[in-house]
Amino acid sequence: MTLAEMQRDFQSWLVDASEDAADRLSVHAAAGLAVYQNNYRAQLVSCLEHAFPQLRSWLGEEAFRHTAIDHIEHFPPYAWTLDAYAEHFDETLRRRFPENPDIHELAWIEQALSEAFVAKDATPLSPDALATVDWDHAQLRFTPSLRIHVMTTNVEAVWSALCEGRTPPDSEMLAEAGGLIVWRRGFTSRLKEVDALEYLALVQLQQNGSFIDLCEMLVARLGEQDGVARAGALLASWLGSELIIGVGPNVLQACAEAVSVGV
Amino acid sequence: MSAVFSGYGLGLRREHYRDFLETQVPVDFVEVISENFMVEGGQPRNILRQVRERHPVVLHGVSMSIGSADGLNPDYLKRLKSLVDDIEPLFVSDHLSWSRIAGFNSHDLLPVPYTDEALERVCANIHHAQDVLGRTLLFENPSSYLSFPDAAMTEWEFIAEMSLRTGCELLLDVNNVYVSASNHGFDPLAFLDGIPAERVRQIHLAGHSQGPDLLIDTHDSPVCTDVWHLYAKAISLLGPVATMIERDDDIPPLGELLQELSIARALGSAENNRRAGEAA
Repeated sequence: MTLAEMQRDFQSWLVDASEDAADRLSVHAAAGLAVYQNNYRAQLVSCLEHAFPQLRSWLGEEAFRHTAIDHIEHFPPYAWTLDAYAEHFDETLRRRFPENPDIHELAWIEQALSEAFVAKDATPLSPDALATVDWDHAQLRFTPSLRIHVMTTNVEAVWSALCEGRTPPDSEMLAEAGGLIVWRRGFTSRLKEVDALEYLALVQLQQNGSFIDLCEMLVARLGEQDGVARAGALLASWLGSELIIGVGPNVLQACAEAVSVGV
Repeated sequence: MSAVFSGYGLGLRREHYRDFLETQVPVDFVEVISENFMVEGGQPRNILRQVRERHPVVLHGVSMSIGSADGLNPDYLKRLKSLVDDIEPLFVSDHLSWSRIAGFNSHDLLPVPYTDEALERVCANIHHAQDVLGRTLLFENPSSYLSFPDAAMTEWEFIAEMSLRTGCELLLDVNNVYVSASNHGFDPLAFLDGIPAERVRQIHLAGHSQGPDLLIDTHDSPVCTDVWHLYAKAISLLGPVATMIERDDDIPPLGELLQELSIARALGSAENNRRAGEAA
């Protein structure tokens, strides 16, 4: 048996508990195989427990454990870092709990907070830097830690209560869907509930960054005066929350305009 | 005698961050799990940089997978190199084990068969890692729970040859020697006699547990008396070697670990006195 064959059989034993693979390994002290399989599964369960502490409380110990075991059977780990193993847990949650958006959204919060905690460092933009911005071509750049997600349930209230050790409210659907944002301010991960319009604004800006396009979207929805005012208020709020790390010109648009006027 | 004795240290664990940042902890170095700090940014790297200002740091990895038949992960090496360049560690170490094959990653320290083919592969991987990182690496003997029927050599013969061929240095985990010796029925002193003493740069000490059939390397309890005896024997053979205690579960207050570390200091001091007496 070559080294590669042995390692593939070991993988089959760990992932599928393949008795054929165990027989081919033909190791001395077969009790050892059980130790490795137990270590493998216990480590992955522990990883998920640590990644989703509030979801674990919300689901209950037994339901969470069954879900974790289900996930481990369907998603062998592939990344070199164990932290990445939590990334696809939502796929198992959606399969096991297709009618429970509260569960999906709670899992998103915990995963986003973990990702933000170790996201790339970035210096927030100082309001002083706005003085010379060409707003017609301005593109907003957000901190790399920013994560955005639609919110259809009262999950923020549930999450807050669980974190503070209070009895969480019953889950309920929102009359109007809003959004959740997670980012890191300094070294602390933050969660904030935003209304539907701010959620749309952030999604649009993450796609193209254009401040003028944002203004046009808000004006179309709120009218000229309120739309522009809302754009200014959102910009001030994002700056104050250290969400914005840069405001640069829209290079492609500026070039296109320069070409069109023969510069 | 080891050329670079660097004293006595502890593993840096989250429960003790505040102690290490706000007080002068009496250790000569701290060891961290490399992967916990191979991140893009945020608080982990910030804390490690602050600790580094106070203490030499050892980077100890668990995911290099030096025994993988299909080579090393270039992204892993790139991130480790970034951390090494940032922290300028005292030592960089990992385990003589494998965890990854065909993209699958077990996140466990799986056993390497002590065959000629495995030795060739491990040595090629070590050369690759040392070339990328631009430094000599240390490799630790893991605890193991099974052995392979086609083994061509003992664990210590494999380690000696690995070190000879690659120039790598060794992290001797005395608890792992004890656990593996018990599980496989070999003499732990034969292990200590069989490894190249001049290549051992660091020693790990830890606790273990008794499983249904085998001893398990759990790092969740104090170092047991038998392992302390084996440590004393090891330093009588090796001379003073940088020594630390690993504790990864049921982590006690820092004071308890420092108390435990004082046993290692006392044994090291006694060995130094013995050697001085012999020299006189």
